[in-house]
Amino acid sequence: MDPVLLSRLQFAATTMFHFLFVPLTLGLSIIVAYMEVRYAKTGDETYLRMTKFWGKLFLINFAVGVVTGITLEFQFGTNWSRYSAYVGDVFGSLLAIEASAAFFLESTLIGIWVFGWKKLSKMAHAIVMCLVAAASNLSALWILIANSWMQNPVGYVYNNGRAELSDFSAVVFNKFAILQILHVIPSAILLSAFFVMGISAYHLFKKQHIDFFTRSFKTAVVFGLIASIWVVVEGDAHAVHVTETQPTKLAAMEAHWETQKRAPMVLLTIPDEKNERNLIEIGKIPGLLSFLGHHDVNAEVIGLKDFPREDRPPVLLTFISFRTMVALGTLFPLLAVIGLFLQNRLVENRWYLVVMMAAIPLPYVAIQAGWMLAELGRQPWIVYGLMRTTDGVSPVASWQVLASLVAFVMIYGLLGAVGYYLIGKNAIKGPAAIEAA
Amino acid sequence: MLLQSIWFYLWGLLWAVFFITDGFDFGVGSLYPFLGKTDRDKRIMINSLGPLWDGNEVWLLTAGGVTFAAFPLVYAVMFSSLYTALMLILFALILRGVSFEFRGKVKSPAWRRLWDTCIFIGSVTPAILFGVAFANIFQGLPIDENHLFQGNLLTLLNPYGLLGGILFLVFFLVHGALWLSIRTEGELQQRAIKTANLLWPALLIVAVAFLAYSAVATSLYQNYLAHPALFIVILAAVAGLLGIKLFMAKKAYFSAWFASALAIIGATFFGVVGLFPNMFPSNINPEFSLTAFNASSSPLTLKIMLMVVLLFIPVVIVYQIWSYSMFSGKVTDQDLDLEEAY
Repeated sequence: MDPVLLSRLQFAATTMFHFLFVPLTLGLSIIVAYMEVRYAKTGDETYLRMTKFWGKLFLINFAVGVVTGITLEFQFGTNWSRYSAYVGDVFGSLLAIEASAAFFLESTLIGIWVFGWKKLSKMAHAIVMCLVAAASNLSALWILIANSWMQNPVGYVYNNGRAELSDFSAVVFNKFAILQILHVIPSAILLSAFFVMGISAYHLFKKQHIDFFTRSFKTAVVFGLIASIWVVVEGDAHAVHVTETQPTKLAAMEAHWETQKRAPMVLLTIPDEKNERNLIEIGKIPGLLSFLGHHDVNAEVIGLKDFPREDRPPVLLTFISFRTMVALGTLFPLLAVIGLFLQNRLVENRWYLVVMMAAIPLPYVAIQAGWMLAELGRQPWIVYGLMRTTDGVSPVASWQVLASLVAFVMIYGLLGAVGYYLIGKNAIKGPAAIEAA
Repeated sequence: MLLQSIWFYLWGLLWAVFFITDGFDFGVGSLYPFLGKTDRDKRIMINSLGPLWDGNEVWLLTAGGVTFAAFPLVYAVMFSSLYTALMLILFALILRGVSFEFRGKVKSPAWRRLWDTCIFIGSVTPAILFGVAFANIFQGLPIDENHLFQGNLLTLLNPYGLLGGILFLVFFLVHGALWLSIRTEGELQQRAIKTANLLWPALLIVAVAFLAYSAVATSLYQNYLAHPALFIVILAAVAGLLGIKLFMAKKAYFSAWFASALAIIGATFFGVVGLFPNMFPSNINPEFSLTAFNASSSPLTLKIMLMVVLLFIPVVIVYQIWSYSMFSGKVTDQDLDLEEAY
């Protein structure tokens, strides 16, 4: 089998799996920290029970997130050694900073949080969780700066047969990175909020622990509302920047073939990649694509046909990913608004509780779709405009990659099944009565 | 140039700190089926690691990350050449990590046995394979002029490589047993102390054998012979080894553990100092070796990373010492009764 394809499949599988768990770590750490600070300030025991209940689910999720993250740091070297040698001067530092500045703080403090309840004051212990939340999100920041450099390489020169750093602050303050961070972290908060709301909805549906879960819901709905609206509004700004820096991604995600001004957005499209057209185009809204991409209805949007075939991303997958993400992304604020409106009458509105239970997986789908868009839409480049993915792969025998890929599928399959089983089991069990602190 | 040399030794230091921290985690995990006779014993053992293992493991991520940042060509060639060994280490670490969290979540003996097995395999495997990997780096690997590794996993399992694996394993077993001597009490503690005392002569023999074999299998001693003052590194390792015995006899378990840490750092630096400036030597032709001078990042990157590391690592050490000081007492039954305990 083609070693490039195998390495790509492995990277995709391991990254997507890791990112099932990361958003909940990023967002739920913030929510739990908030709950614990409320407890430390007010002494209200329900906040303590909330901290411990949601914290328990957090920890199961955190464990899988951490271990699957090690894979990714190794994998740049194991499977993408040519990429690593070529861009390590820029990219490597960002990973090393992620480890020294963020991973250490997160991993050391989580140990103190779990085992140190009796060793610290209420407020000190709460601050520890705040730091865990800060550290997790800080690590996300650095890896997003790294990914953004792949999407929009800045601050480097080509020297000694490789990309070499020339301007560190250009890399760190890359506009692509700022917009990406402001999109990804709120999306993680959104996922976590809907996780809390969905599980709360389950218990409210069963009419158990009503006060506990109403309060949990009400805490989460605020996070969910702000995050879901933010993600949509900021997402628009991010799309404009993508249009500017990655025109092939924009063209592919909209299955836009012909360069034109006043480019329309088409509601129902089925791309026909081979023939460089769309089989079906129903519901054209004139000028909307120009507006999406440039905030100018008359702007010219470059079509795929104006890029050489070998520079185009895979159209169908990129297109589907984008549409999936946007469709769900517009649903979330709606659900959150309804939740805000019904927050004092949740038990009676059983239809809404069922919807929110069913909605738990939806942010997961949206986030995976978003990342598929980000990464597939960047193809055929591993560093946009600078290095092709096919040129970045390690010279490792196919059978080795096939073996590791199979092993990952099996081990991650086990981890995912067990992890979610434990999260589900403990979510359903509900909060225990806490012993005296 | 100086920056590259500084980074070479920082790189070595990060690996050394990884070995003295996650090393006792690997040791305790490897002793797990032997010293953990009851469920309670097993729980005490893993709870002695509980608050610390994750922070310890990050030293590996930092060592790897720094290899990438400061010596990207070494990172690329090392990680792709040692593909299978690294994947095995990775799977082991993954299983170990989740086992701590998952083990206590279902009250079923079969469930616990599954994760207990994962803890053991997840600890023994990296202990041995890191030793095998580093011994092979000390020895040199078949790297050709295109930096391609002309070998496979079996190439690494040569006698010197295997001896390195055994050395690391025994080092970590002793280190882990000493950790348990500090953190446990009663019968479990007595078993840990006995284990440390039993394994120490084995460690001494393997260490001496490794030092001797290195003279034949590697060119590590060239640097020492050229600059005899460097022998202090080997002396430090030996001092650490002897210190373990001395302090165990006095029942000074904290001191014994620190002596063990010194021995591990000494052993790591025996190799690192001996390697300099090589980082991934070729036994096909020395010209094909990757060195600190031909495989490093640009001066700008090295400078920025140096500032980053000098800023953050001391802070890390401070809060990790704080964490260690919080969790260096005995693990008791009350600790096991806490809801959050493993």
